[in-house]
Amino acid sequence: MKILVCVSKAPDTTTKIAFNADGTALNKDGVQYIMNPYDEWYALVRALELKEAAGGSVTIINVGPKENDTVIRKGLAIGADNAVRINSNGGSAMYIAKQIAEYAKGESFDVVITGKETIDENRSEVGAMLAEFLDMPFISYASKMDVAGNTATIDRDIEGGTETVEVDTPFVLSAAKGLAEQRIPNMRGIMMAKRKPLNVVEAVAFDDLVVPVHYELPPAKSAVKLVDPENMDELVRLLHEEAKAL
Amino acid sequence: MQTNSNGIHTIEKKAKEDRYQHHDYYNIDELLDDDHLLARDAVRTWVKQSVSPIIEEYSEKAQCPTHLFKELAEIGAFGPSLPVEYGGGGMDEIAYGVIMQELERGDSGIRSMASVQGSLVMYPIFRFGSEEQRRKYLPKLGSGEFIGCFGLTEPDHGSNPSGMVTNIKDDGDAYILNGSKMWITNSPVADIAVVWAKDEAGKIRGVIVEKDMKGFHAPEIHGKWSLRASITGELVFEDVRVPKANILPEVVGLKGPLSCLSKARYGIAWGAIGAALDCYDSALRYSLEREQFGKPIGQFQLTQKKLAEMITEITKAQLLAWRLGSLANKGKATPAQISMAKRNNVNMALEIAREARQIHGGMGITNEYPVMRHMMNLETVLTYEGTHDIHLLITGMDVTGLNAFK
Ligand SMILES: Cc1cc2nc3c(=O)[nH]c(=O)nc-3n(C[C@H](O)[C@H](O)[C@H](O)COP(=O)(O)OP(=O)(O)OC[C@H]3O[C@@H](n4cnc5c(N)ncnc54)[C@H](O)[C@@H]3O)c2cc1C
Repeated sequence: MKILVCVSKAPDTTTKIAFNADGTALNKDGVQYIMNPYDEWYALVRALELKEAAGGSVTIINVGPKENDTVIRKGLAIGADNAVRINSNGGSAMYIAKQIAEYAKGESFDVVITGKETIDENRSEVGAMLAEFLDMPFISYASKMDVAGNTATIDRDIEGGTETVEVDTPFVLSAAKGLAEQRIPNMRGIMMAKRKPLNVVEAVAFDDLVVPVHYELPPAKSAVKLVDPENMDELVRLLHEEAKAL
Repeated sequence: MQTNSNGIHTIEKKAKEDRYQHHDYYNIDELLDDDHLLARDAVRTWVKQSVSPIIEEYSEKAQCPTHLFKELAEIGAFGPSLPVEYGGGGMDEIAYGVIMQELERGDSGIRSMASVQGSLVMYPIFRFGSEEQRRKYLPKLGSGEFIGCFGLTEPDHGSNPSGMVTNIKDDGDAYILNGSKMWITNSPVADIAVVWAKDEAGKIRGVIVEKDMKGFHAPEIHGKWSLRASITGELVFEDVRVPKANILPEVVGLKGPLSCLSKARYGIAWGAIGAALDCYDSALRYSLEREQFGKPIGQFQLTQKKLAEMITEITKAQLLAWRLGSLANKGKATPAQISMAKRNNVNMALEIAREARQIHGGMGITNEYPVMRHMMNLETVLTYEGTHDIHLLITGMDVTGLNAFK
């Protein structure tokens, strides 16, 4: 089975988020980046497990600038066979889906996996758009996937439960928690990753339809107010006047 | 704190989350390659998953988490800078350094498990062993199938190893080994010991002793208040017949064990930064969360002085380690330069642990925070692999050309 895993890069979850002066972009000073956990822990690892069970290959792809090579190298260290970076400064989900589709359409992948979302902006858009560009079925939020022959049986997380679906290859899937378990790369993997091919492809021209105009931080949380259990009137007053919950 | 049914405050025992964050005040990460960053990230993740959740308990009970030997091997922490064909990782010295740093960020005892296996057991067999010895032992040591230990220190010869009395006598196809070693990390659980002993001509030789050899015992040393999660023992040899094939052929004299110690000390110079970072990280967070007199204690000038001095000292130590690593990569780091970094960085870490302990107030003495454990561990690190004062004398000898040991 030939599998493509789309990996993105996201600010580390402990990053203190700030924006540039006019609020149109993230201020990247001092930001630590990691591979998007949904891509790393679930999408990539399940792809590797399928390859280990049935043979084939796992390619990882990222749309981004040269700095992203560190994240790509991590994917190779975890076990991907080869990597592609579409050289670009990125763009909207549609731009990214378009770039990946342009590469993937000539490569006849059986399964294309994305994370269910990237933890920076949580848009969950790339997978669906990619499926559309590739004219393939799309299964979102997969928490379990088994493949027998050309047919995959997939559990999807739905509100309050699970839906099980069947789909024939080729298809696009977005990976949710549960699909696999995190693998930590070991030192040998890190050294082997140096010798694995990382193919850099120039981006195709594509006019972005969506442009971010403004970002804003949520209002700072105010301090917790403790109310004496004997003083219920005060609690009611606060709920009414300050929290406006009553 | 919680209040129980008698209205008495009790310390709440909750599953502790390792909230460690990255600190890089001088953007030193820019001096590192992808390999180094990936190695550090991998070991940090492993420590958060496998070490942090259990270390306080093992430390408290003075038990060695022996199951971690296999995990350390899997991640590649044993001999990362040795060649791949001999069970190593084929990485450079800076990669080895950042791995030790991350392990010691978890616990000095866990770092010791790896230092001994890689630098004090695999390295001498690689460097001074026969090809047959390399093939026989290194892959098994690299994969964690075998645990090794390193016997140099004796009950009456610590800082002065050249005075050792452990000895070997020629007996045809074997040597007869007699004597004892003291303070040996991993010895009670080790499959093999690299032991330094004097031959009949008084020359120091290295021999590989296997655990089943008759007359060999490795009792555990109990009662340590430091490095409690690392197992320490003795090595006792009573007429042990060691086949001649087990002698390390390529080295004679004290430079054998000293060159291994240089490797391990180099790793400790990095490792200590990890312990310091963990103490700083915990103290910084605590100083922002803990309020007294109506404000976070981090707002008081005296707390800020402590924190500011900590990150300054950590940054200096990081630069020292990085430069030493760059020299080591070119094969140019001298033993005296390594002594300087080991001494400075371990002492720096111990002082930071003590200051961080104060910032945590009473909580600082409990196992709710890692600080007291690091502080107690660092007392060993200050002493083993050459004491604080011995390293000072090495620097003193290097700059004056005069030997204070004679
Ligand atoms: C937990 C632990 C694990 C260890 N693991 C190992 C191991 O795996 N393998 C191994 O071989 N050893 C190991 N050691 C031993 C360690 O290396 C020795 O403890 C160390 O070298 C000091 O020796 P000593 O304890 O005999 O102290 P001593 O040498 O007796 O020193 C006592 C004091 O005297 C000072 N002193 C000694 N000579 C001089 C001098 N000339 N001038 C000024 N001051 C001097 C020292 O600095 C020190 O302060 C370990 C020790 C510990 C505590």
